[in-house]
Amino acid sequence: MDPELRREIILDNYNSPVNKGQGTSEYIKVNTNNSSCIDNIDLWILIDNNIIKDIKFDGEACAISTASTSIMTKELIGKSIDDALTFVESFECMIDEKEYDSEILNEANVFDEIYKQANRKTCATLPYKGIVKAIEEYRSRKE
Amino acid sequence: MKYKEDFPMLRTGIIYFDNGATTFKPKCVIDAMDKYYSEYSANAHRGDYDISLKVDMAYEGVRDKIKDFINARYREEIIFTKGTTESINMIVECFFANILEPGDEVLITNSEHASNILPWYKLSKNSGIKVNMIPLDETLHLTLNNIKKQITDKTKVISIAEITNVVGDIRDIKAITEYAHARGIFVLIDGAQSVPHKKTDVQDTDIDFLAFSAHKMCGPTGVGVLYGKKELLEEFDPLYTGGGMNESFDSVDEVYYKDLPLRLEAGTQNIAGVIAYGSAIDYLNMIGMNNICSIEQQLCKYLIEKLEKIKHIDIINTEPDSGIVSFNVDGIFAQDVAVYLNKYNICVRAGNHCAKVLKNTIGVKNTVRVSLYFYNTKDEIDKLVELLSDKDKIMKEMI
Repeated sequence: MDPELRREIILDNYNSPVNKGQGTSEYIKVNTNNSSCIDNIDLWILIDNNIIKDIKFDGEACAISTASTSIMTKELIGKSIDDALTFVESFECMIDEKEYDSEILNEANVFDEIYKQANRKTCATLPYKGIVKAIEEYRSRKE
Repeated sequence: MKYKEDFPMLRTGIIYFDNGATTFKPKCVIDAMDKYYSEYSANAHRGDYDISLKVDMAYEGVRDKIKDFINARYREEIIFTKGTTESINMIVECFFANILEPGDEVLITNSEHASNILPWYKLSKNSGIKVNMIPLDETLHLTLNNIKKQITDKTKVISIAEITNVVGDIRDIKAITEYAHARGIFVLIDGAQSVPHKKTDVQDTDIDFLAFSAHKMCGPTGVGVLYGKKELLEEFDPLYTGGGMNESFDSVDEVYYKDLPLRLEAGTQNIAGVIAYGSAIDYLNMIGMNNICSIEQQLCKYLIEKLEKIKHIDIINTEPDSGIVSFNVDGIFAQDVAVYLNKYNICVRAGNHCAKVLKNTIGVKNTVRVSLYFYNTKDEIDKLVELLSDKDKIMKEMI
């Protein structure tokens, strides 16, 4: 991807993130933070009949984390939880420099070179850890 | 600059503004550690052979140096620990846990480091003491007046930093201690950010306890000091028991501990670290603590004057007494600013600086922090300010 375009997309999502806000009590709420940085994002996920109906997020975080969360919400809303988990797996493989399916990642491909900045890998994957937690929570509630 | 020759890290091209976290080490400190491991690597207080005796003399010699450095009355008042955190935990666990009663009050402030809050919270949970906050004034300083307002007849301890690690204010410890002692209140000082930067005199201030770390003052990591008045240290119930601290033991009823200071230093200590710490003390004495303090104040004033001219920079503490400046770049997350500066080999800290409760006071959770030491230069500050003055450049290069 062209570096200028990549930067533009990330900054765009940082400065004007989509799906910023808080969910109601119907949503599953998870907090994401990691010990190596100071990002702290709350995610609200609405799952109905195994479909992700909506995601909202709020909190204080760096450009990479915020942009990554914004892009993730766009990509995952409307997906089944199985497809969402496939997406997450692909994204994490990309970050870890393993083989991955770039076709399905769409806009999330902007982070395909983040491995060059080791200290920011956790920022990019932060919201994905949150979504996995929420899906686990959804599944355990169903059982 | 004249200090550059002394510090290998200063020759790497890195501009280091995170001295509140840890400081660089001069060559003499690294050499001292190296020398111990290469020439007289033995345990202390044990052997009947030459190199062990040499270790004893070197190790105990550092205790004397520290005693003089903070002007303690007796060498037994200097206990070596792992660092400030361990020192404070020991003071709370070995002393205060035994003498405080449910309902007794400990006063701290919102700008304390986690290591001067959490041991108290833990004690509060376990034994029912109360931990109360002394409010800061509008410039985030601690005034004696605000302390007076918080003191009740239940107040038993005031536990505060002499210099805080986010705001950088210097507290008037002598006046606070005089007031506290007149009411039978103990004073514990977290000296992590003050002992490395200004002259410390525990007899003049008359404080009861002081905790500080070697690595924040040109010494190695893993070494710190617990200072306590001798008569109080005598009351400590050792946190660790074992080798090096016992006189003899035959049965559970016949256990005899050594006298201070060894009673509170169980197990093999960080000998290499303590010996190297002695070299750090020599180095700081050579430059002079008053000199260090004034160099830092000048650098800090210079930095603030420059930062104040940049309209997109919001300084949290415009009146620091020491070399700590916290700020934010308008609309840019602190961590992104740090990542941007890192691309130019400039190290600053982004975050809450372990003073998590401070956000309740200043309403800002994360800041960029520059913490200076005497080896920083105006040229380095110029470089920092130049990089911060162009907000578009930061936005462009932070990712």
